[in-house]
Amino acid sequence: MQTAHQSAPDKRDRGGAAQPLLIVENLRKHFPVRGGLLNRQIATVQAVDDVSFSVRKGETLGIVGESGCGKSTTARLLMNLIKPDAGTTIFDGDGVGEAGGITVTALRRQMQMVFQDSYSSLNPRLTMVESIAYAPRMHGLPAREATRRAESLLAQVGLNPAQFGRRYPHELSGGQRQRVNIARALALEPRLVIFDEAVSALDKSVEAQVLNLLNELKARLNLTYLFISHDLNVVEYISDRVLVMYLGRVVETGPATEIYSRPRHPYTRALLASKPTLDPDRRTTVLPLTGDPPNPINPPSGCRFRTRCAYAQPRCAEIVPPLAAPLDTLAGAEPEHLVACIVPEAQAAAEIVHAA
Amino acid sequence: MPLDAAPQPPAILVENLCVRFERRGQPEISAVNGVSFSLDRGKVLTILGESGSGKSVSLKALMGLLPPFARVSGRIEIAGRDILKLPASKLAQVRGGEISMIFQEPMSALDPVYTIGQQIAETIVQHEGTDQSTAMARARQLLERVAIPSAARRLKNYPHEMSGGMRQRAMIALALACNPSVLLADEPTTALDVTVQIQILMLLRELQQDLGMAIVFVTHDVGVAAEISDRMAVMYAGRFVETGTVREVMHEARHPYTAGLLSSTVHGGLRNQGELRTIPGSPPSLAALPPGCHFMPRCREAVSRCASEPPVVVPNPGAMVRCVHAEAQHPAGGAPA
Repeated sequence: MQTAHQSAPDKRDRGGAAQPLLIVENLRKHFPVRGGLLNRQIATVQAVDDVSFSVRKGETLGIVGESGCGKSTTARLLMNLIKPDAGTTIFDGDGVGEAGGITVTALRRQMQMVFQDSYSSLNPRLTMVESIAYAPRMHGLPAREATRRAESLLAQVGLNPAQFGRRYPHELSGGQRQRVNIARALALEPRLVIFDEAVSALDKSVEAQVLNLLNELKARLNLTYLFISHDLNVVEYISDRVLVMYLGRVVETGPATEIYSRPRHPYTRALLASKPTLDPDRRTTVLPLTGDPPNPINPPSGCRFRTRCAYAQPRCAEIVPPLAAPLDTLAGAEPEHLVACIVPEAQAAAEIVHAA
Repeated sequence: MPLDAAPQPPAILVENLCVRFERRGQPEISAVNGVSFSLDRGKVLTILGESGSGKSVSLKALMGLLPPFARVSGRIEIAGRDILKLPASKLAQVRGGEISMIFQEPMSALDPVYTIGQQIAETIVQHEGTDQSTAMARARQLLERVAIPSAARRLKNYPHEMSGGMRQRAMIALALACNPSVLLADEPTTALDVTVQIQILMLLRELQQDLGMAIVFVTHDVGVAAEISDRMAVMYAGRFVETGTVREVMHEARHPYTAGLLSSTVHGGLRNQGELRTIPGSPPSLAALPPGCHFMPRCREAVSRCASEPPVVVPNPGAMVRCVHAEAQHPAGGAPA
């Protein structure tokens, strides 16, 4: 099945290497909160607010942020598991769901997703081979061929099909089940795979195995990844570029090395400084950030981080900071690093960001 | 570093703790297979292990929270009393008084139908027999102690009215209500965001120093262990495979499992460093543990001798390694336990 992607060009590639595989513009999703006597809408959760980004062919884009920042909602919106309120998605030049564009069904053949909970994403009454073969059969592949493809995929994710193919989900460990979920996501030969906290529930020794597998598959099958995680170290390891989200908005984006070595947004810096150091001789002694993230039901006006930001000024409450080049950017500097902050001191402050 | 030799008895002493789950029609599970340690007041011992290593079961055994079909054996001494021999009425005094516990999920530890103030005050009244208003005043001080802003107002909050980090602080206040000498912490920061996690870790560090508690802290996260521990115990398949000071374990790991766990943990600066180093395979089933060293099937350094019980090697006082390779370096090792 896996044709030599790397040598022969993918027939589905329409725009060439320079055209981003996925462009997301002004994506928005507000969830109503109902309550009261007549179950009327009493508030809205601004889960994703005006989020734009693009994913280039062959890269891994990491999305990082704390709970409630909208990273998982973004993934579900992209997969059309929930309907966006506003925004456009363009997959390799084709508008998703637009006239003359690509339909959601066709999109899902090219874009697949792996979830955090390896057990609940598998049907407990299907064997591993049946689970993996299910989608190809639904998309018209004869049963025998679908089974053959499933067995080949099991082997590719490091599970012996003779040993594991006839097993049920409860007979596998968490790491093995997540390998099956990866195989299942690959069954339709997608071009983009979204991982939503896909390694977060695994033990560290197993997590490392799965991350190695993901890198290997990506190179072999010429895949593009959107990797969502709260784990800063994992995102740094696997991503080419990183998107940092806070309360439904993008606060900083850029190449992974830039973001981790020269973070400009005070939130990104606090996030990195909050990582445990892994060195008992260099323990954290200064609290990077106080308080919890505010409730996304009534986010602060203007810059949403201002209530926890040490550099906040009155105008931060009035202006929604645009995602723009850092204020001290020199001509010819890294043009891809963008930050949503209007205070020069906040961008320039050299707080200690330990390298652990 | 202060010496471990204290004149008074250790805050908690555990000898050869074993836990087996025996249920009819199911294979017997050996969750904890001979855990021993002692911990003085004012020290933090972290038990580091992956899922199924028996770290949480050990903690629940110390607190007497296991279900009736669990067979607990060994010796657990808190302030000089063997709590496995205590009658239920006496155990209730020790629990929540001398020893208390915080959990990963504060929502399941706190009662949703009582306010935070009521829950803390109830504990104080139960254990110390004070009147309600004194207990409520103490509850307010406790909330202030764990840095909950506007404590007086928060006393009247129900758990669902608080954020995750605040609930965790409220649960810590509840656990501290009767000045325990031993605090058991079962992954208390695992469900928290990273910016909140560091706040809770620093709070626990501060409280532990101020109040002189012994903390037994269970985690799967090497980074969290490095932030909080004085001593560390690495647990695998129901046993401590290595113990020592946090620096000994993190900087000069002697057991192949410890070394593997540390090197497979994704840390910063690994970009473009190629493949991650992993431990092959997965942990053994506790219903069918391999004979000898339980880590042997996954160990890159396994030799034929590993099929028999591994020796307990004491490389220096207070440290322990359960591995034949350590024996070669420290031939004065103790007898197998």
